[in-house]
Amino acid sequence: MEMGEATRRDFLYIATGAVGAVGVGALAWPFVSQMNPDASALALASIEVDVSNVAEGQQIKVMWRGKPLFIRSRTDKEIEEAKAIDLADLRDPVARNMNLAEDAPATDENRAAGGVEGTAAEYGEKLLIMIGVCTHLGCIPIGEAGDFDGWFCPCHGSHYDTAGRIRKGPAPENLHIPPYQFISDTVVKIG
Amino acid sequence: MKTLISTSVRAAVAAAFVAVAAPASASGEGSHIERQSWTFSGPFGQYDKQQLQRGFQVYKEVCSSCHSLHLIAFRNLAEPGALGYSEDQVKALAAQYTVQDGPNDDGDMFERSAKPSDHFPAPFPNKQAAMVANGGSYPPDLSLIAKARAVERGFPWFVIDAFTQYQEQGPDYIHALLNGYEDIPEDVEIPDGKYYNTSFLGGDAIGMPPPLFEDLVEYADGSPQTVEQYSQDVSAFLMWAAEPKLEERKKIGFRVMIFLLVFANLLYFTKKKIWRNIGH
Amino acid sequence: MAGHSTYVPQSKATRWLETRLPIISLVRGSFVDFPTPKNLNYWWTFGGIAAIVLVAQIVTGVVLVMHYTGHVDMAFNSVEHIMRDVNYGWLMRYLHANGASMFFIAVYIHIFRGLYYGSYKAPREISWILGVVIFLLMMATAFMGYVLPWGQMSFWGATVITNLFTAIPLVGESITHWLWGGFAVGNPTLNRFFSLHYLLPFMILGVVMLHIWAFHTTGNNNPTGVDPKSDKDTVPFHPYYTMKDLFAIVVFLLLFAWFVFYVPNYMGHPDNYTEADPLVTPAHIVPEWYFLPFYAILRAIPDKLGGVVAMFGAIAVLFILPWLDTSRVRSATYRPVYKQFFWIFAIVCVFLGWLGSKPAEGWYVYAARICTAYYFIHFLIILALLGFFEKPKALPASINEAVLAKNGNGQPSGAAAAPETKA
Repeated sequence: MEMGEATRRDFLYIATGAVGAVGVGALAWPFVSQMNPDASALALASIEVDVSNVAEGQQIKVMWRGKPLFIRSRTDKEIEEAKAIDLADLRDPVARNMNLAEDAPATDENRAAGGVEGTAAEYGEKLLIMIGVCTHLGCIPIGEAGDFDGWFCPCHGSHYDTAGRIRKGPAPENLHIPPYQFISDTVVKIG
Repeated sequence: MKTLISTSVRAAVAAAFVAVAAPASASGEGSHIERQSWTFSGPFGQYDKQQLQRGFQVYKEVCSSCHSLHLIAFRNLAEPGALGYSEDQVKALAAQYTVQDGPNDDGDMFERSAKPSDHFPAPFPNKQAAMVANGGSYPPDLSLIAKARAVERGFPWFVIDAFTQYQEQGPDYIHALLNGYEDIPEDVEIPDGKYYNTSFLGGDAIGMPPPLFEDLVEYADGSPQTVEQYSQDVSAFLMWAAEPKLEERKKIGFRVMIFLLVFANLLYFTKKKIWRNIGH
Repeated sequence: MAGHSTYVPQSKATRWLETRLPIISLVRGSFVDFPTPKNLNYWWTFGGIAAIVLVAQIVTGVVLVMHYTGHVDMAFNSVEHIMRDVNYGWLMRYLHANGASMFFIAVYIHIFRGLYYGSYKAPREISWILGVVIFLLMMATAFMGYVLPWGQMSFWGATVITNLFTAIPLVGESITHWLWGGFAVGNPTLNRFFSLHYLLPFMILGVVMLHIWAFHTTGNNNPTGVDPKSDKDTVPFHPYYTMKDLFAIVVFLLLFAWFVFYVPNYMGHPDNYTEADPLVTPAHIVPEWYFLPFYAILRAIPDKLGGVVAMFGAIAVLFILPWLDTSRVRSATYRPVYKQFFWIFAIVCVFLGWLGSKPAEGWYVYAARICTAYYFIHFLIILALLGFFEKPKALPASINEAVLAKNGNGQPSGAAAAPETKA
């Protein structure tokens, strides 16, 4: 008898405690979730860029999710330099291209726009679309600079080559390539 | 089983509300605002998506020539609990509008077709321009109008309203206003360029000419093309514009109430158990 | 707060902590072992309820600040951004807006409980005065918070209330300009109100701790008003009152949730969904419901300075209440005449609130004047006279005895209590 009542009491206490814990957990979620990007930020998460007027040897910067994107039309010399490198010499052997498999090798083909499905042939080798944020600590690298004619980050001295791959300095990874796709012959949708 | 329980609980709760709400709906209290029945009223109220789409059509084809809707972005129309449009439909809709953007690389502002993330463009560049074009009256922005207008209910209704969950004063008022145009009685003086309206909160004379006529907007779904129907639909649409999270709110609210009821019961018995040997 | 704990640290780590910072025994002494009268009824749970709502206000407020923009051009739209775009932003804002009302509901019940059971009387004067300080800080906080959405009522409410200070002779105008940071309510006003609205709740929290410290020093009052005399009269705070308070809090949350989820704009005013316009005043300006009784007192006096003095006087009189009441019997349970006057006073306060929501014209003004007069007469005259003319009922000898008598299983308590009767 005594035993039975004690069990019933314990059950009541445990049930009450469990329901309370569930309530606290459910209550916590909105307070965590509110810090995530809001609907207006998500709505701007993709942009469309016309790349037809980026002249050879030029680079344009556009804003995407609050960060700059580098869209560069590379010269033949730059492409040659990028292709000449031995993959084994690269600091980061992975392409860091969000349109490809995670372990895709960092060849020039996998970095340039040609690596992405649906890109018009005339842009295939020339066009390079990257997130212009140094993979070290988030500064913006300077174009056509550094020991490898690519990009140079002035904050802590990272050198990137003409395909945006890290070659020297503290940055651990190649410049990232955002998800994008050509939605017409000249317009790229990024994000 | 679970759905059966939840359905029966809902039915019971809904029945209780109807029982309480019934006397209240016969109100009026000398006021000329007639209560309408809305699909979004009450604890389980949800928007009628077809109605919202029709109401949006009325806004787009009639109201928008004078009234802005500046808090609403095109993308909002496709959000959950909204008009039920797909993202592609919204994209196509936005493309019909032109918005100003810029400056471009030459430093000039330019026009482009709207994207879903853009807000509805305003019919006038600023308040002064709107007033000049409308004979000195300012056509208010409609984004929040359904929450920004209400006729005072007076005692005891304002107390009862808290229990019957009457929160639709705004759409009721808009509906009454749109149906409130009448011939000017002999003892009432209406200035030139103003119109007589029996429901207008700001007095007898309103600056807005009667905006709706029969067959003014062509409905695709066969709904009656009457002033009554138009005003119902546009009021519902404006309620959505003012309170786009209403459906989510009421859904979560129901779960919260059930949870709190269960938890309160458990706590009551726990407390009783703890106190069982203590006189108090 | 401490001093009631029998806590002896068991482990090496707790012993180490206790000798350096006796926080475990402090918490245990205040909220676990604290001997609490065993006869506290549900009216006593509203202090805890108010504390929980205060915490909820601070938490949701901190969240809202993450998304709000304090600038006259953006404040209104940033609130709508919260309502429309921020994840669960509508929930945060409705919780915060209705939470203010819930805080006042809980605190008003808490205050009236104190009035009914004489909780302001010796030795609890400091607890009471600290409570009035909390009440004042709350009103300032709520007023400034209402300005932040920058709607029509925000703007004109701020204008009207800050203009109260122009009633002060000689320096009134300078003080008002100083409050505004300009020559009208504007961006500097909004920003300083935002800053202070963030600061004051933490000050309230500090005063709440002093408030608890004070009444934990004197011990709780209780429905009999008779001090505990032995262990039989009290129970440890935990689990008895933790569970009772928690139950009451959850029931209160049901009310809170009803407003937040089903009638979230019931307590608000439609005009505040129109952005502030310094060129157009709304037809009539009404403060939030919790200020209405004081607003009615302000308007009842047909003189600018007089109205302001009466309004602040209505709160100031609460500070000296412990010395205005001449009766030494605490609980209205044993004060048959005071009990009647208490209810008349409560009805007058509610009626004043209703009058505050009405335009200041016609018979409303006269009713407000009569009620205002009664408000002060209650504190300044009735409470003073009752102590001399009222014959209190016999007090129970102890809490335990009162409980036994109530439950009908003790010895006849009236006779035993007779010696306690106040002369």
